[in-house]
Amino acid sequence: MTLLKLSNLSDLAAALQAQGYRVVAPIQDDAVVRLRSWRPGDTVRIAALPVNSPKDFLFPRCEAIGRYVLDRDGFTSEDLPARAEKTVLLGIRPCDVAALAGLDSVFAWGYPDKFYGERRAATTIVSLVCPSADDDCFCTSVGGAPDSTVGADAMLRLCNGGTAMTFASMTEKGKALDAVFGQFSSPGEAAVDPVAEVPVLFNSEVVTDWCSKSFESTVWRTLGLACLGCGACAFMCPACHCFDIQDESTDAQVDRLRNWDSCGFSQFTLHASGHNPRPDQPARWRQRMMHKFRYFKERFGRVACTGCGRCGRLCPTGMAISDVCREIARAEEVR
Amino acid sequence: MNENTYHPAVLRIVDARDEAPEVRTFRLEFVEEADRARFFEKYRVGMFGLYGFPGAGESTFCVASPPTRERYIECTFRKVGRVTSALQDREIGQTITFRGPYGNSFPIEEWKGKNILFVAGGIALPPMRSVIWNVLDRRGEFGNVTIVYGARTVADLVYKHELAEWAARGDVALTTAVDPGGETPEWKGRVGLVPPVVEAVAPSSDNGVAVVCGPPIMIKYSFPVLKKLGFAPTAIYTTLENRMKCGVGHCARCNVGGVYVCRDGPVFTLAHLETLPQQDM
Repeated sequence: MTLLKLSNLSDLAAALQAQGYRVVAPIQDDAVVRLRSWRPGDTVRIAALPVNSPKDFLFPRCEAIGRYVLDRDGFTSEDLPARAEKTVLLGIRPCDVAALAGLDSVFAWGYPDKFYGERRAATTIVSLVCPSADDDCFCTSVGGAPDSTVGADAMLRLCNGGTAMTFASMTEKGKALDAVFGQFSSPGEAAVDPVAEVPVLFNSEVVTDWCSKSFESTVWRTLGLACLGCGACAFMCPACHCFDIQDESTDAQVDRLRNWDSCGFSQFTLHASGHNPRPDQPARWRQRMMHKFRYFKERFGRVACTGCGRCGRLCPTGMAISDVCREIARAEEVR
Repeated sequence: MNENTYHPAVLRIVDARDEAPEVRTFRLEFVEEADRARFFEKYRVGMFGLYGFPGAGESTFCVASPPTRERYIECTFRKVGRVTSALQDREIGQTITFRGPYGNSFPIEEWKGKNILFVAGGIALPPMRSVIWNVLDRRGEFGNVTIVYGARTVADLVYKHELAEWAARGDVALTTAVDPGGETPEWKGRVGLVPPVVEAVAPSSDNGVAVVCGPPIMIKYSFPVLKKLGFAPTAIYTTLENRMKCGVGHCARCNVGGVYVCRDGPVFTLAHLETLPQQDM
């Protein structure tokens, strides 16, 4: 058995970088741990759940998808290349890996998205068997597991009390990293650390079934009362993929930008005529739940929630999607 | 390598016509022949596109001309917001952007030999005009063609010259109407709202399909009339609109229930619509 010492992570990141990879990892950033591109001097905090998700690196918050050079009475359009750097996502938790499968489905659906697709093809996922969960985690309620290998190219597992890791590559992309990981590994005995314990909070099949028959439920009204429509849940969600397209222009040039959006925002569905099919927060919250647990599942065969718990941790009014699902499932099981 | 879905074709405005207050038609030609060929390879009546101008953005509306006119496309739209204002500011000879065609289409190949009733209100004649001209350009393949078209006022009727052309044809039964109070002293058509006018015209539903397009309230009151005339919900078609950004199902904005208007629509039968949550429209 070969082991990689935790203290070698920075050297490993540097070695991957030297091979031309952008290394995205959980990095200590002031008081929080954030996924970002590793730079020399950064501390990789592999065991901590980062505040943001890997979505940021495949489907960025804001991205130019078109460029137009303006002249006196018209424009010329430029087809922008995708910025697809060869990337290693290092130490990504199984919940976040699972969310990428959903994004893969959406961005390949009928009209393959060049920007997402090229970045995804250039990305190698080195996931981490999840060592710790908090009260907001619920991957096991939505078909995931803290030690799931699904979707990963290679997998790390902490051992010997979090001081070392094992590395196992599963795919061609993962095996391409064998040599670099091997370089920083040495033979040793491994006592693997325990996997995070994530209790099952609800049965997601029950939630999906309930959604299928409860469009007109009064539950939406009660839920909607608490929602401020701030969109924090959607922006931090690894699976949310709604976006807006806006033009940003100077007198000489226009960049057509794709930006994250949220079904919780009041302008999301607002027509130019003033009509809004989802006129209030209850209607928008219903869309959020319905899309994740019913529509997405009908279309792509999986729910658009992987139980990472970020929405619950971040919501200023404490509306965790897991609480809502638990309430729904409990009410259904009592019936 | 995938192509960039968001990279638009460029269209040149070769003709422009004012139809009604704030409503204008553009005739547009593809600047690149390859874009034109690609468009017409896919285009069927009912599909839509995203028309845009850099700096203002893109807006979704129908293609108002039929695939049988292969040199150009036409669109008719009202100036409502930022994008449509920027588009109407463009003049003949200038260019705009276009993505499409997207969405599904009216199954007119299944309508061969059938009688077709078109019911339209106001600015909703354009999405139906492509179907009407498609049918008239292949007139011999279809049965009776009946058109009932109403608008708020005489001025609000679009395609006035084409209405005259259809009225003059022996093979089209056209009824025009304006809302009470919208008539002029010279008005020769009917006065009344579209649903009761359809009921009065009473076209036969025998071997027929009905295509309805108009403001939501007109559509809502037209469906019961059509059912009463004997049209089955599977023989009644309409086309939905919702705000869109991508047009290809990725931005998740245009859902009605689990249906994506951009991918599963915009054309729906009444039978399908009845299964969707009405509140989402």
